[in-house]
Amino acid sequence: MSGGASRLERDVVAKRAKVPHTSMFVRMLLRAAVLRRGRAAAALLAMVVAAAVATAMLNLYVDVQAKLRREFRNYGANIILVGKDGASLPPDAITRAESVIAGRGVVAPFALVVARTSDGQPIVVAGTDFERVRQLDRWWSVSNWPAASKQALVGVRALQLVSPNNQPFDLSFQGRTIHVTPAGTVQTGSAEDSRIYLSLGDFFFWTGVQPSIVEIAATGSPEEIAAIMRHLQEALPAAEVRPVRQLMEGEARVLGKTRATLLAATALIILTAALCVLSTLMGWVFDRRRDFAIMKALGASDRLMNGFFAAEAAALGATGALVGFVLGIGLAAWIGRVNFHAAVTPRFSVLPLVVAGSMVVTLLAAILPISSLRRVQPAVILRGE
Amino acid sequence: MFVRLVYESFRRQKRRKFLAGAAITLGVTVATAMIAVATDIGDKINRELRAIGANLIVTPQEDTLDVEIGGVNLKPPSDGAFLNEADLPKIKGTFWHNNITGFAPMLPVNVTLQRDGKAENLTLLGTYFAKSISFGKEEFKTGVRSTHPWWKVSGAWPDDSSRDVLMGERLAARLSAKAGDSVALSGRELHVSGILSTGGSEDDEVVAPLALAQEILGKPGAVRRVYVSALTKPEDAFARRDPKSMSGAIYDRWYCSPYPQSIAFQLQEAIPHSHAEQIRQVAQSEGAVLTRIEGLIFLVTLAALFASALAVSAAMATAIFERRSEVGLMKALGAGRLTVASVFFAEATLLALIGGLAGFAAGGMLARQIGRSIFDSQITIAPVVLPVILAIAVIVTFAGSAAAIRKAVELDPVFALRGEL
Repeated sequence: MSGGASRLERDVVAKRAKVPHTSMFVRMLLRAAVLRRGRAAAALLAMVVAAAVATAMLNLYVDVQAKLRREFRNYGANIILVGKDGASLPPDAITRAESVIAGRGVVAPFALVVARTSDGQPIVVAGTDFERVRQLDRWWSVSNWPAASKQALVGVRALQLVSPNNQPFDLSFQGRTIHVTPAGTVQTGSAEDSRIYLSLGDFFFWTGVQPSIVEIAATGSPEEIAAIMRHLQEALPAAEVRPVRQLMEGEARVLGKTRATLLAATALIILTAALCVLSTLMGWVFDRRRDFAIMKALGASDRLMNGFFAAEAAALGATGALVGFVLGIGLAAWIGRVNFHAAVTPRFSVLPLVVAGSMVVTLLAAILPISSLRRVQPAVILRGE
Repeated sequence: MFVRLVYESFRRQKRRKFLAGAAITLGVTVATAMIAVATDIGDKINRELRAIGANLIVTPQEDTLDVEIGGVNLKPPSDGAFLNEADLPKIKGTFWHNNITGFAPMLPVNVTLQRDGKAENLTLLGTYFAKSISFGKEEFKTGVRSTHPWWKVSGAWPDDSSRDVLMGERLAARLSAKAGDSVALSGRELHVSGILSTGGSEDDEVVAPLALAQEILGKPGAVRRVYVSALTKPEDAFARRDPKSMSGAIYDRWYCSPYPQSIAFQLQEAIPHSHAEQIRQVAQSEGAVLTRIEGLIFLVTLAALFASALAVSAAMATAIFERRSEVGLMKALGAGRLTVASVFFAEATLLALIGGLAGFAAGGMLARQIGRSIFDSQITIAPVVLPVILAIAVIVTFAGSAAAIRKAVELDPVFALRGEL
């Protein structure tokens, strides 16, 4: 122990020879950190961890809505465009809708007619864009997507009626017949199971019917979705723009509750981390009551003492907060990758919050023990009582 | 002597013990609350997701194809097979009946509307609104008001035993009808109790109690399909296996897991001549959302556990560090390293147990508060968790104290007593 101390002293003497004459105040600050490295490091570590956890939680809290909204787009369309009174939409409806959406979602057109099978049974046949449907309706369980012309995607229930042995079949609509090959089946558990899907080109060539429904999965906050719906209505006055209400309401509820849970968790975690810092720092400051007593015995004023400890605490808080912020951003990014398979964007708006919070906690941790020590005579502390 | 040392330490250093104990209590409180929330969040979010609609559908086994565009059914009304309404209460007799939050039967009927001497074809949808059903000793209410919570009515919901109907809002706008009017449908004069808005095809339809639709169709007890809302577990590879290919024990495990597939399988068993299936749009997507939210809360819970472990360690380290001179005195009087360490560990254990118990109680209350304020329902914590929590508290307290105790044990009494370190 004594060997270590004397080596330390020698180091200090050697260092002091080179260091230019700085003010006493700065030197005391630095020396306090250097001499009690272990305790200072422990306090700094607590600060860093607390700031990191706080940053990660706040970052997640801000970002979670955007992440979950993306997950909710798995449910498919949240806006539906239909022709007024069952009429077809204008031929450029998709391009116009797409220009309004501008990359913030997926647009898929559907055209529907009731056709007859070769034995005269009515069946709903739809024309669509398979590439878009694939992105929009990700829950469709499809055995094989059609790739060529005159290939059809057949609902599992419709398949038994039109093509039980997977053979090509005929469909007729208003006297015109089309001969199609089943490429694969689609299963969804709802209306799609009893339908036959063709590509839009084949469908239009056969029936001459334009799409009457455009389904849109748009991402964004409720306000953004409302704005998109307004713009869609302006761009396509012939269409009726309908929100898929159960999705919007369900999404809002789940997002709100998840966020509230996360907020409660964030508050609890930050509180715990702050208390951890508080107890470590208070121990550290309390531990240095001898320094305090010596400074007082040598004639330091109360103001100087407060300033000294406050500056020390502020330096510790700021350093810890900055390092912790960087670590916390990393932590949030990791959680984003592991859980959402997407990066969580760093929110620098969180930084002032974390720094201010850290300073408050460290100042509190410094001031509390000092004010209790102030009432004590330096002599009593120095005698070790 | 050993017991007295520990006892006196607690009696004389009330403030320090209180501080360390408070840190442990707080840490355990946060840990308990977060564990309770994390174990329950799946169920809670699942219930919220039911707002998006039913995730299972039951149809007759030998059903003909739906020929339906935009809610207008082009199929002859008497065509196709039906389920029997009398079989429906059996849904509540399946293995996972507690997971079934509600069901609603549907019977679309083609009707003609007489207005100004003209006849117009419409769809009338028969269903349950909030019908009381009993199965065995159990009484429950079910219908579209629980399975389709986004349906909004201006006016009054009809009673399930009445002959009142709801009119879809687009249809009502076209007919300029309002709540309280009456409509002539297929020769019956019906009272419109409210205007229904759903955002879907029902906006162009008339919705009536199931019994009325059956009467118009002339088929008492007939039901076309049943929507079932169930709390399910996200589907995995095991869920997708075919139950027919499974052997006994594996089949039992599959059957007793609340996968959409196994609940559909049980519904099919309960209702004769039926075919039950998941509505993939709802069932598949909610699996994705649920997995993400559960994963998020799990990671957050880990962070909370980490933070509380750190807080407990920090408090313990500080508490021991402050008692160096005591260690010096003990050593000067001839105590061995083992004795000193065991005194501290005994104190730590005691503190951990007391703090753990208090924290468990407080954490349970906190979890309940979170459940009530966020989800309007209880989050209860299973008593099974208590030993786990106590064990964690003791381990964390030990781990937190270990470094400080080792330092204290290795202390040279001379330095410690002179206060030079």
